[in-house]
Amino acid sequence: MELKKLKARLSTAVRGHKLLKDKSDEMIRRFTLIIRENKRLRDEVEKALSATLRQFSVARSLTPEYAVETAFAMPTSAVEAECGVESVMGVDVPKIELSSADAAGLPYAYSEITSEADESVRQVSQLLPLLVKLAAVEKSVRLLADEIERNKRRVNALEYVMIPQLEETIKYIRDKLDENERAAIIRLMKVKNKA
Amino acid sequence: MKGKIAIVGDGDSIMVFKAAGVAAFPAADEKKARDILRKVAQEYQVIFLTEELSRALGDFLKRFDESPYPVVLTVPSGKGSAGYGDEMLKSAMERALGVDILFQK
Repeated sequence: MELKKLKARLSTAVRGHKLLKDKSDEMIRRFTLIIRENKRLRDEVEKALSATLRQFSVARSLTPEYAVETAFAMPTSAVEAECGVESVMGVDVPKIELSSADAAGLPYAYSEITSEADESVRQVSQLLPLLVKLAAVEKSVRLLADEIERNKRRVNALEYVMIPQLEETIKYIRDKLDENERAAIIRLMKVKNKA
Repeated sequence: MKGKIAIVGDGDSIMVFKAAGVAAFPAADEKKARDILRKVAQEYQVIFLTEELSRALGDFLKRFDESPYPVVLTVPSGKGSAGYGDEMLKSAMERALGVDILFQK
């Protein structure tokens, strides 16, 4: 009876192991795709943003501090993002899109500050969709990395602990049963010979 | 779902984001940034964080990795990029794959 139960468990374990392994492989494939994309986006964003910010600090230094402060004190229309959740191999990852892509003009008068600043603000507005995309992608990478790690642990636990243990127990029971059977046969033969 | 975008960083770099319509929260140092982030994380879905701060708050930021939102993104500050974003990428890759597929020369 126990043997039957164990056999069922073993076959479940083997099947589970195979499925998890497939899942792991597929996740890794997706992961490599996403991480390449991530790297590309990050390089692009870092280059553009660093340049923009440098330009902005130049623009800032050309105007007196208080002028800059007052110019930027008024908030513009806030940009909003459409946030959703997407499932990649059972992992919920964020999916974000900017809903109001172009900010409605500059929040200050042109006379207040140099044109370099206008330019930087415009560039940052243009960069925002990219930044938001990068944010989503990078988060996905981190979530997927965690999930892959967890999954790998599960696969290994099945492969190196659970399955060998079950196999060993099954073998032991089978040996015992075989031996019982042999003993029974021998006993029968002995009895027959005596008769 | 509608999401809001915020930036947390030192005064200089975030100004230009503010003009572009992102809610800006100035944080001079690490301790202050931690308090601000805790509050901002409740309300905003996408948070940009300048590189110096996110490097200092590395452990604190791990707690945001449990769920899809909020998303915290490290952006270079006015002083230029110091490669922290690439480092994060690399550590995620090593955890998941065990090998380096992007940065090997």
